[in-house]
Amino acid sequence: MSEQMKEMTYKDAVKLAMVEEMRKDENVFLMGEDVGLYGGAFGVSVGMLEEFGEERVRDTPISEAAIAGAAAGAAVTGMRPIAEIMFMDFTTIAMDSLVNQAAKMRYMFGGKAKVPMVLRAPGGSGTGAAAQHSQSLEAWFCHVPGLKVVVPGTAADAKGLLKAAIRDDNPVVFVEQKTLYKVKGSVPIDDEFIIPLGKGEIKKEGEDVTIISYGRMLPRVLKVAEELEEEGISVEVLDPRTLVPLDKELIINSVKKTGRAILVNEACKTGGYLGEIASVISESEAFDYLDAPIIRLAGLDVPIPYNPELESAVVPSEKQIRDAVFKVLNR
Amino acid sequence: MIDISKETILEMYKRMNEARAFEEKVSYFFARGMVHGTTHLSIGQEASSVGACMALNNDDLITSTHRGHSQVIGKGIDLNKMMAELLGKYTGYCKGKGGSMHIADVDAGNLGANGVVGGGHGIAVGAALTQQMKKTGKVVLCFFGDGASNEGSFHEALNLASVWKLPVIFYCENNLYGMSVPQNKAMNIKNIADRAKSYGIPGHIIDGNNAVEVYNRTKEIAKYVREGNGPVLIESKTYRWLGHSKSDAQIYRSKEEVEEWKSKCPIKQLRNYIIENKISTEEELDKIENNARESIEKAVEFANNSPNPPIETITEDVYA
Repeated sequence: MSEQMKEMTYKDAVKLAMVEEMRKDENVFLMGEDVGLYGGAFGVSVGMLEEFGEERVRDTPISEAAIAGAAAGAAVTGMRPIAEIMFMDFTTIAMDSLVNQAAKMRYMFGGKAKVPMVLRAPGGSGTGAAAQHSQSLEAWFCHVPGLKVVVPGTAADAKGLLKAAIRDDNPVVFVEQKTLYKVKGSVPIDDEFIIPLGKGEIKKEGEDVTIISYGRMLPRVLKVAEELEEEGISVEVLDPRTLVPLDKELIINSVKKTGRAILVNEACKTGGYLGEIASVISESEAFDYLDAPIIRLAGLDVPIPYNPELESAVVPSEKQIRDAVFKVLNR
Repeated sequence: MIDISKETILEMYKRMNEARAFEEKVSYFFARGMVHGTTHLSIGQEASSVGACMALNNDDLITSTHRGHSQVIGKGIDLNKMMAELLGKYTGYCKGKGGSMHIADVDAGNLGANGVVGGGHGIAVGAALTQQMKKTGKVVLCFFGDGASNEGSFHEALNLASVWKLPVIFYCENNLYGMSVPQNKAMNIKNIADRAKSYGIPGHIIDGNNAVEVYNRTKEIAKYVREGNGPVLIESKTYRWLGHSKSDAQIYRSKEEVEEWKSKCPIKQLRNYIIENKISTEEELDKIENNARESIEKAVEFANNSPNPPIETITEDVYA
């Protein structure tokens, strides 16, 4: 990794990844609703139209099915499209294109096609946008063989993972985090800084308990972990970063080391990806090392409510994370 | 009027006969439970499908449908590999993993049959975008049926292709039924081509049972699309003689109606045209028909002698 770092927001890191890849490869282009002059609903692509022109930064009609379908069709014929879906909630309208088409083409055509597309979509609550603009639907996509699913939790990861996603020959669902867009981090400016898909990272080393978390909950978990460190509890924080493929080895080794696992995300609990991670641990040799049951801290099984107090109470709080740590440590 | 060459018209006749013979064989297999799954036959629609594909350049692209055998044979395909795929063999186009509904040959411009009604619309738009951005001069022909024109994807795709002026022909094979539901119960218009108006693109109606008309009109329209004028909607009026799929008892239509359409047999019509215009002789046409049947028999032999996919391939090709 390059030593050259720059402070920038998560949002600008996403943009930097796109800009660098578009400069390197003329087959890469961006399309989506309001991504051109407007710069995207969250301003991620501000300035890109000026550099690359309307041919490669394409405003689309409000047509999520066509956006995802066209991305699949362009990808299978030699382009590397990046399709932005304005809110992750609207991927529901693009589902056939993604799930029945893009994800399956390679397999059902006997390996004679590749679909190198990235579908970027911001997920998560915390913006007061209520039930149809706040969901964390990553588990749906994880359930579809043929798709890769990435959820970056830091600015540097956003850059490195998006570059890897653009260069990947498979359809990748890249779940950005709305509430992290303005969070700054130190980002390598090396234009070959790539984080391979399927590689998690230990964000903080620890001995007593492993907390596995990703996306918006990651900074919250890290804050609690730092506080607990001062109280003499050593928490290891592991971010899988990519949900499919999942870095099982990193997870298993960490849990073997600490003997305790807490899993935290903001998506609702039932049918969520934390259940998958818990099963990976249970089915591995790490199970024999567990000194306490695995705890899942996930969002409530409710649509995201509007009222700010209700909204923030849907997702795991710092207190709940602390309490879970004490619980697994029997304190 | 485009002047259709003797060579082209005989090739079209050959492919239509191959499509008919292929599907008759598949129908025979299904009736006897000799193949797995289901199939959607296009007998009666050969002129519509083959004629459209023949009007394209070899390197143009198509997206096909669940009722796609005539379409992909029209595009030009290796019948051995196609029959092998129907029988689930490793030598098939998709190594036995796709079957009837997913025949694809991406390198040859067939971007795949599709099990989802309307599933090819977006893919065709994206493929056309590639041609526009890379300035290849190729066009994409998107096959779909009357039923698919009621899907949301139809609207989104035609609108997007229109605003981006993409080189795509939306080719609706209107066979009058979406499974069992007749067109007049599924839409309040008679001509699907009328829908083109609302996208600001031309809509054309053609007689889908008349191969020469299909060829000439599609050729002309492909030229218009290739010149950068944006997409066109073609409605090819035709009819499927058999049921929707293998399990269809066809209680929704009369025998008389089916017989009436059988009297408009696209293959017989083309044969008459060839003879009347002295393009070829009865003997030569008989030979083409016999060769088509022989090709299918050979394809069956090839498929029967082919291995099943090794079980270890089950997890291959999920990801590139």
